[in-house]
Amino acid sequence: MSEERKQGYRIMKKEYLRLEQAGGPLIVLSHVENVAYGEMVSIKLNEEEQRTGKVIKIDGTNVIVQVFEGTSDISTNNVAVTFKGEPMSIPLSGEILGRAFNGVGEPIDGLYQIPSANRQNINGRPMNPVARKYPRNFIQTGISAIDALMTLIRGQKLPIFSGNGIAHNELAAQIVRQAKIEGQTGDNFAVVFGAMGVRHDDADYFIRSFQASGVLDHVVMYINTADAPIVERISTPKCAMTAAEYLAFDQNMHVLVILTDMTSYAEALRELSSSKEEVPSRKGYPGYLYSDLSTIYERAGMLSDREGSITLIPILTMPNDDITHPIPDLTGFITEGQIVLNRELNQKGIYPPIDILPSLSRLMKDGIGETYTRKDHSDLSSQLFASYSRVQDVRALSQIIGEDDLSDTDKLYLEFGRNLEGRFISQESNENRSILETLDLGWEILSALPPTELDRIQSEILNEYYHGSSKTDSEDASWQF
Amino acid sequence: MNNKEGIVREINGPVVKGTNMASFKLNEIVMIGAQKLIGEVVSLDHDVATMQVYEETEGLKAGETIHYTGRPLSVTLGPGMLGNIFDGIQRPLEKIDSMHKNFIPDGIGLLSLDEEKHWDVTVLSAVGDLLQPGTVYATVQETKSILHKLLVPFDISGTVVSIQPNGQYTLNDTIAAVQSENGKTVPLTLASRWPVRKPRPFTKRIPIYQPLVTGQRVVDSFFPIAKGGAVGLPGGFGTGKTVTQQQLAKWSDADIIIYIGCGERGNEMADVLEEFPKLIDPRTGRPLMERTILIANTSNMPVAAREASIYTGVTMAEYYRDMGYDVAIMADSTSRWAEALREISGRLEEMPAEEGFPAYLPSRLAEFYERSGCVQTLEGSEASITIIGAVSPPGGDFSEPVTENTKRFVTAFMALDKKLAYARHYPAINYLLSYSGYVDMLKDWYSENVAEDMLDLRKKMLRLLQEEEKLNEVVQLVGEDVLPNDQALVLEIARIIKKGFLQQNALHKIDTYVVLEKQYKMLQVIDTLYESALKCVKMGIPISIIKSQDVVQDVLKMKYEVPNDNTGILDELRVKIIGVYDRLSQTYE
Repeated sequence: MSEERKQGYRIMKKEYLRLEQAGGPLIVLSHVENVAYGEMVSIKLNEEEQRTGKVIKIDGTNVIVQVFEGTSDISTNNVAVTFKGEPMSIPLSGEILGRAFNGVGEPIDGLYQIPSANRQNINGRPMNPVARKYPRNFIQTGISAIDALMTLIRGQKLPIFSGNGIAHNELAAQIVRQAKIEGQTGDNFAVVFGAMGVRHDDADYFIRSFQASGVLDHVVMYINTADAPIVERISTPKCAMTAAEYLAFDQNMHVLVILTDMTSYAEALRELSSSKEEVPSRKGYPGYLYSDLSTIYERAGMLSDREGSITLIPILTMPNDDITHPIPDLTGFITEGQIVLNRELNQKGIYPPIDILPSLSRLMKDGIGETYTRKDHSDLSSQLFASYSRVQDVRALSQIIGEDDLSDTDKLYLEFGRNLEGRFISQESNENRSILETLDLGWEILSALPPTELDRIQSEILNEYYHGSSKTDSEDASWQF
Repeated sequence: MNNKEGIVREINGPVVKGTNMASFKLNEIVMIGAQKLIGEVVSLDHDVATMQVYEETEGLKAGETIHYTGRPLSVTLGPGMLGNIFDGIQRPLEKIDSMHKNFIPDGIGLLSLDEEKHWDVTVLSAVGDLLQPGTVYATVQETKSILHKLLVPFDISGTVVSIQPNGQYTLNDTIAAVQSENGKTVPLTLASRWPVRKPRPFTKRIPIYQPLVTGQRVVDSFFPIAKGGAVGLPGGFGTGKTVTQQQLAKWSDADIIIYIGCGERGNEMADVLEEFPKLIDPRTGRPLMERTILIANTSNMPVAAREASIYTGVTMAEYYRDMGYDVAIMADSTSRWAEALREISGRLEEMPAEEGFPAYLPSRLAEFYERSGCVQTLEGSEASITIIGAVSPPGGDFSEPVTENTKRFVTAFMALDKKLAYARHYPAINYLLSYSGYVDMLKDWYSENVAEDMLDLRKKMLRLLQEEEKLNEVVQLVGEDVLPNDQALVLEIARIIKKGFLQQNALHKIDTYVVLEKQYKMLQVIDTLYESALKCVKMGIPISIIKSQDVVQDVLKMKYEVPNDNTGILDELRVKIIGVYDRLSQTYE
């Protein structure tokens, strides 16, 4: 934040001892002067207990403050409120690696607060589009479905759309363990983990899996558990992104940020919005949900004059598995693609249960191919998508007329579909496939189909990589499309 | 207290209320507080004004001063816009980046065009000339491909009393002085200002008659866009809206392209910024950036500036239109703009209408799309503005208010379809839901400039696709094998239309841009294949044999293998098709 603005905040601290109103997460004070919008507030209940808040509306001398820890036990005359004269910020230094904090940046691992004069406003500033570097480097996750079909690129924001009870945590943990960029080593990587409204055992699961893979000293955690105050839930991802910006653009590290669960975040936002009596928009979420989510997601990326990068994987659980619900919908409009998990696959025991058809990586087109992965990658992935889309039609048909009455080619499609799900998408949670293994496996499965069905592949690539039966074997059936 | 200064009373996100503002005007631009945050007055009630603020209000206090500027939100018009990238209120992002590296701060003030740069001005008027509003009095070669014509502003007319010689001038240098009838002398400079919410005048509208040729087959051949038209491009996320918009921005045959990234992704803008300067305009051989203006207000930049970005873009478009150019605007996406309206409306505590959008949403949309059109300019030349607005319906549901209302004000509607996108059928423009009202208006142009039967072929192909859709319902119930041969042929030809014609690969060197001549000949080839195969079907030749001729593969590959400048290959292909099926029918006779 700029110098002028810092000076703009008040220096003298005055205590206000009376509230006009208290309710939900909000308190209202009157006759307050010289308060800045967005300023932090300290609320003292008694000698032991102190809470923090933030100014969210000023109306003349009336001020509305949202209280991070909630308003229970607050009465209109048992508090002492002081305005701190600055916006919410967290201290940052290299020492944050390996540490765990709550949603407002206070240590929860029993260790000391970070001693640093470098405090950053958690709201950040928008990146200038002209200063961005377009992301191109392929990140190998070792997960075939992702690497081949919805490739993760360094600097991308690629959310996981999941549902309750689906294995998204396992998938995220596996990505953290296995993600790497070909030919790059060294320890200039970091993981920032922001957890909003997660259950204690989910938080523990992540901590254990970071520990098991030996990356714990490269991880910063901002954890707001399900029983922690909702107002802190709103600041949790902002703290996490602020730490990520520091590590990426000040310390030149490659940062992978996992935010889970964005649905809890959005629900906290809705709760706060309704207690402010704002006009609700779709499904009661505030009208600014899109702008609000984008100020979190858009902080991912790369800058052309910096080494580091922020790659963001937000996880959200779709209420009712509905991809058109406002949270996944608005997220999809901001992020560069999505990885969609499917309950049916999950129930079939396929891990990771990635539904490849609605999944997509928008940055993939520029991060694959000869320079990054292999020249057949783009054609292969396009063909796998197209053929798997055909499998869905054949399955629908076979449910009506029965599998036996299908044409020979359609039977091959069913076989292809089973293999793609059972061998390609499915893998062990500790199985780390290289991109070349993944692509070869893709060809092996695709080669079950006759070459005339493979119309997304240029002929020279088909000749080089295809190793299935020749066209003459199924002359008659090959023209079913 | 100075009555040209207000006092901040209420702050609620991007909405600020101030008192002592009775002398402020609606839509006036104000500077708020010590940081001089830029805001616009949106309503007045006695001496209380409500303002929307184009920057982050964090840190602002009640009691701070609101400064008067006396002018509405306006853009500076003059040389230096082409090839540049601006935020929603015309502040140059590259300049901001050179002042404040990487992240955009608050309080950078009202910057716009470069006032230091010297331009090579050629003067066209002499002392004693009578100048009317809209007359060209001087020119500047703004880029190699675009000649910037300096027009007499619309409120000025009179006799030239002094004029500078040809030479190098900056934006604010006086080029000429004009004495109007009432004896007042006014200077003419390279730069002028225009309020963004007010359309610029022209002599009259003229009927639409020529297409905006985009090189995209599904557009040019099936759902043509007219120069001066208004087009809606709706699609849920992941349907390839942005790629489609970018393809149109790259290859359209407009003189000037204005690309408004309204609430879209930062990385996408970075992609455009890296890619456009490398692209060459196929018609002029010059870099595309020389005819392009980018407006980038990414989703994390302040919401009020997002609302303004659409108007900023369309005002710039009108300025170049007034010089006689054909301008195309790509707005990606108007839904983000409508949501910005909704967000601000909510903060203003206005009564919401459908889905929380303000009741004035339809009229705002209409005002925007009506700024498109084919006109005769004040200067007398013919020019046009084409608006192509992307719409991002939540959940891909086309019945939501923004899509519904957009449909009312656009004449062509290209529905992007999730199912096609999932099957990686790009551009995922649904050929059954889309429509273009321009087909009739452009009929004469097509028969004169492409071919007499171009639109007949189009109709025939569309009919085949519709027939296929019906047949598919049957196939889903009973399988394909039971269809009679002529219906099976329709399925096959529809497949070829889809794969060989409608699907177009934006990343393929030859396929990314296709001239009309090749489009027409491709349709002819498919038609020839259909008619030849139909003859064989009628003779009772099994469909499996008809479909398995190698020439079918040639038809599917023609989009990749026939270059734009050698479409004669397609005539040979037709001859070959006729030969193949003639021989086939002879063996069966």
